[in-house]
Amino acid sequence: MPLQYSNETCSGCKTCQLVCALSKFRTSNPSRAFLNVKGKFPAPGKYYVEYCNQCGNCMDVCPTGAIEQTDGVYNINSELCIGCKLCIDACPYDVIRFIDGIAHKCNDCGQCAEICPRNALSYSAEGASV
Amino acid sequence: MIYGYAGTILRINLSTNKIVKTPLKKELVEEYVGGRGFTAKILYDENPPNVHPFSPENIFIVAMGPLSGHMLPSSGKTHFATKSPATGGYGDSNMGGHFGVTMKYAGYDVMIIDGKAEKHSYILINDDDVKIVDAEKYWGRGSAEVEEAMKKDLGEDYQILTIGPAGENLVNFACISHDFGRQAGRIGIGAVLGSKNIKAIAVKGTKGIPVFDPELLLEKGKKMYGDLRKKPGFTGWTPQGTAGITDWCNNVGALPTRNFQKSNCDYAEKINGEAVLKELKITDKGCFSCPTPCGKYGHAKTKIGDAYVEGPEYETLSLLGSNCDISNIHDIAYLNYICDELGLDTCSAGVVLSFAFECFEKGLLTKEDVGMEVSFGDFESAVYLLRQIAERKGIGNVLAEGVRGAAATIGKGSDQFAIHVKGLEWTGYESRNAPGMMLGYMTADIGAHHGRCWVLGNDVAGSAVVGNVNDLISGEQNANFLPKAKHENVVPIVLKSQHIRPAFDIIGTCRLQFMEIGLETSYYEEVFYAITGRKFSWVELERLSEKLWHLNRMYNVREIEGFGRKFDYPPKRFYTEPIPDGPNKGHFIELEAIEEMLDHYYDGRGWDCNGIPTSDTLVKFGLNL
Repeated sequence: MPLQYSNETCSGCKTCQLVCALSKFRTSNPSRAFLNVKGKFPAPGKYYVEYCNQCGNCMDVCPTGAIEQTDGVYNINSELCIGCKLCIDACPYDVIRFIDGIAHKCNDCGQCAEICPRNALSYSAEGASV
Repeated sequence: MIYGYAGTILRINLSTNKIVKTPLKKELVEEYVGGRGFTAKILYDENPPNVHPFSPENIFIVAMGPLSGHMLPSSGKTHFATKSPATGGYGDSNMGGHFGVTMKYAGYDVMIIDGKAEKHSYILINDDDVKIVDAEKYWGRGSAEVEEAMKKDLGEDYQILTIGPAGENLVNFACISHDFGRQAGRIGIGAVLGSKNIKAIAVKGTKGIPVFDPELLLEKGKKMYGDLRKKPGFTGWTPQGTAGITDWCNNVGALPTRNFQKSNCDYAEKINGEAVLKELKITDKGCFSCPTPCGKYGHAKTKIGDAYVEGPEYETLSLLGSNCDISNIHDIAYLNYICDELGLDTCSAGVVLSFAFECFEKGLLTKEDVGMEVSFGDFESAVYLLRQIAERKGIGNVLAEGVRGAAATIGKGSDQFAIHVKGLEWTGYESRNAPGMMLGYMTADIGAHHGRCWVLGNDVAGSAVVGNVNDLISGEQNANFLPKAKHENVVPIVLKSQHIRPAFDIIGTCRLQFMEIGLETSYYEEVFYAITGRKFSWVELERLSEKLWHLNRMYNVREIEGFGRKFDYPPKRFYTEPIPDGPNKGHFIELEAIEEMLDHYYDGRGWDCNGIPTSDTLVKFGLNL
């Protein structure tokens, strides 16, 4: 089951971004996370999370073959990335980051779903009850 | 670099347009840690003595703590301080949301704003780039309306705080608003920004904060989130947030009703947490990194209009609801919305409205004075008065001074029921049956606010242990709701609560996960070390918290003429009028008992009989003032 998101329970806390940035970049910096949390206020009063659903658009445009798919997950080989940013332009969710001259993306580690206190991100069909 | 901190103090002088960035000093960090520690120290040292709250020279401080912005539950509290327009003394207020952490990600632990802008302006911060920008097109408009407009103008990734018309017009209970529903409500903090011609501050931050041991923080932070979910309070408290306490307060006779004339109402089930969920709620709305969102964002429909609004939470339900005798949950939510848009603190606004209603009921104000007939329970009276206050029109100009100032103008004995301490309106806990809670309100440095001390559950249960609120309000001790605490025994637990509760304002997190749900303090010690590399025990934190009580008391001694014991008394109603009905019928705390509590309290603090810290006490805490 791929990563799922439900805005029925999301309260916009950004903990998913914190754990992502801390685990990948060893810093407290949500702007580096491979997810975007957006609140639509005052109306309709809902949160939306953009995340990598491993669609593969990034691999399709990569000119150096730096992005490879293994078991449905697309990973960037930092040795081959030339920092052209084509993958960033191609990402429909704006969740690939350009840091220190190369692209970085979600490797489906699952820590965002593990920590999500509202079970808004999960790997189960229904999500767990809060 | 200091791990855990952004590392810079940002100073903005609006009169000279000078923007200065200075490194955060290690000595300040070691001694005062962050948040409330920073604001207390900076205000005492840097604010000119006897400055008027609305003088350009009165500094306005935003300060974050070392844990702010890191991966642990609810690390998103933003702490503000200035000389209070409401009390004339030390004033601070804080809010959740995402503003302060973003300021920290932009590189600043502290922002100190001085002077007055020549024109209506806002402050724009994009990492290193800091500007003062013309705000004429936003001036005069509502808080959330401006936030929405600025997000369209600047981009969704800016975090924005605003003031409303009440702040612009220097209403002394004007608030700061942020994130479509979070407020730093108290002490008139919004009016100080208004006095500086600042409508808003917008910040975008992408630089991040260094962490001493990221692996350890990942481990300990995840454990905090995981273990919190296993606490009974997680499932008991989260669904309704603070609104969930309404029924309990009504049952124990602590729900302010009709300007604190009564302590319970007969319609609590219409204005409680369940009513919020059933009638209003669209979504849970959490602050930054919060696993237990108090915010219930909803939609209110009334005969005069509909509105999207966050809340009402408990304080608003009680003070704009039962305390004004308004029993329709949609009407209360709409009043919440109007206060938010106008930039009025819902706590003080509720007490000011109820004061006006009682004045009218007793004939101390007339239709000619007010401009219309107003009364308890009348939604349209409340809407009318709130708008008059924000614009300082007619009677609104009198009420805009808060109940202390209004009672001084109206006279005729109205100070009997002006419900405040030191000039700050009381919040949502009637305390004539609760000596500890009353003492907590009486002695709080900023005036009558529950953020400094909450021992109502202990008063009711008779417990001497600072337990979490969820356990206290759901425990069997409540089988008999009459208060069990005796006034002569409450000082130790009041002191304890006064040290623990605001300690979270020092480290820069919300207290709710500890106070309401029961996450142990050891978790905070562990993440403190992982983030900063400093072994800082909870005992040391409480000791610092205690020190700040002396420092802020001395600020009040310096700034408020004749300050001392007489500023610590509760409103006259609370020691002269027994509760007329309900579960605590006949209860009140006599003046003699209040004097006794104050004597014990001053002894416990190391203050003299006039409530002034002794020189021995100051020396003991390293305060060379």
